[in-house]
Amino acid sequence: MNDHPTSVALLRAVERFLQKDVVPNLSGPRRYHARVAANLVAVVAREIETEERHLRGEWERLGSLLEADGEAPREREVLRDRVRDLSQTLAERIRDGDADAEPWRGRVLAHLRQTGSDKLDVARPPRES
Amino acid sequence: MSDAGVRAWSSSPEELRSRLHAFIADRSGVAPQRVRVKALQPMAGGASRELWSLDVEIDPPDAVAQRLELVLRRDPPGRSDDSDRTLEFRLLKAAADAGVRVPRVHWCSADAAVLGSPFFLMDRVAGETIPRRLLRDPEYAVARAAMTAQLGEILARVHRIDPDHPDLEDLASASSGVESGRGSVERIAEGIRTLQAEPHPVLDLAERWLLARAPEPKQRVVVHGDYRVGNVIFDATGVRAILDWEISHLGDPVEDLGWLCVRAWRFGNDALPVGGVGTREELIRAYQEAGGEPVDREALRFWEACGNFKLALVFIQQARVFLDGVPSVELASLGRRIAETEDELLNFMEEGT
Repeated sequence: MNDHPTSVALLRAVERFLQKDVVPNLSGPRRYHARVAANLVAVVAREIETEERHLRGEWERLGSLLEADGEAPREREVLRDRVRDLSQTLAERIRDGDADAEPWRGRVLAHLRQTGSDKLDVARPPRES
Repeated sequence: MSDAGVRAWSSSPEELRSRLHAFIADRSGVAPQRVRVKALQPMAGGASRELWSLDVEIDPPDAVAQRLELVLRRDPPGRSDDSDRTLEFRLLKAAADAGVRVPRVHWCSADAAVLGSPFFLMDRVAGETIPRRLLRDPEYAVARAAMTAQLGEILARVHRIDPDHPDLEDLASASSGVESGRGSVERIAEGIRTLQAEPHPVLDLAERWLLARAPEPKQRVVVHGDYRVGNVIFDATGVRAILDWEISHLGDPVEDLGWLCVRAWRFGNDALPVGGVGTREELIRAYQEAGGEPVDREALRFWEACGNFKLALVFIQQARVFLDGVPSVELASLGRRIAETEDELLNFMEEGT
């Protein structure tokens, strides 16, 4: 086990340093790029905190939509690959027209909404006004 | 969004300066010693083109001396390309003739022997281009309030550029060609399929939703193709010039109106869908009052949704450039902005039918 601070706490420290000390002292494209870098560090911190929960939720929903049986893989790498495969299957079914009509369409949309909302929670597009 | 920054160039700035000097003397028909090229420096600008600023003094023996503040826009040397600088130059001229505020263009050459790649020279228009400033800074309050109506009025002029003008005869055969709604969706979907490593079921669903709603174009006009606040030079009074005519093509005029309303250009200010500064109805009113054809609201809804679909492709493409080895922090960040375009496409699909 690694010593403290945790990876998330370290990333937050880097983000704070970039936002408070680096960005204000730069100008032009470098200032912009420093702000982008700070945002990305925050994205990674949020992903570390939420990925396990988001992947398990997505796996459950995809399994139910696609009637795929089985237990969720315990290792995160395997789980990520499995979610990706299921998502690929869903994409193919959509391309075949299976989601053009209710009731499946509504269930697919609800799943995509939740997955999208999880992705946005992590990515949080920059708000600049 | 800004840009990936200035790319590497193959010749030194000094060599570029001396070649420009010879070119300008030749084109303006004066002896080289009567021309000075000064203050040549790279500008942050388009991710796909190089931009340089320079000052030129021309002192003809029999006329008044001229001092020009210019921008050089050129293709990255050695890169064969999908868009044509001489066509962009002719479009800028045609736009100026139609009363569109654009930088005045001076000279153009497609001959790679001159500067290493095709280029043109245009006036350097004073002003700001960063949308964040427009949305946030108190000094742009008047510009913010005026911008939507100005963009509508100017766009009506853009769409009055004669598509059959002899100078523009290659517009229909340019890479972007004549584009219908259906053609756009098919081309974007093809681009996504070619590039994507990750599955994007939202985009597959959006493709079908869009294809079912693609309108038949009522008119065939010159479409700017990248008409948004980020391609405007503005000052405290509003629009000074419309930039970036490199993906202009013939198509449906509503395409430009829809692209202007895409969510990413609002920087979070979703209450004002036109670039975070105005409403759709305000835009449509100004456009129609300036002579634009009546805007079909369903067609606008299609083209706005299609704009978000297209932006998803742009983000996938730019993330791909990073993954292929261009170490830009900005390109790296864009992959995670696909989520925002998907979210907006879901809004369209859930809203009503």
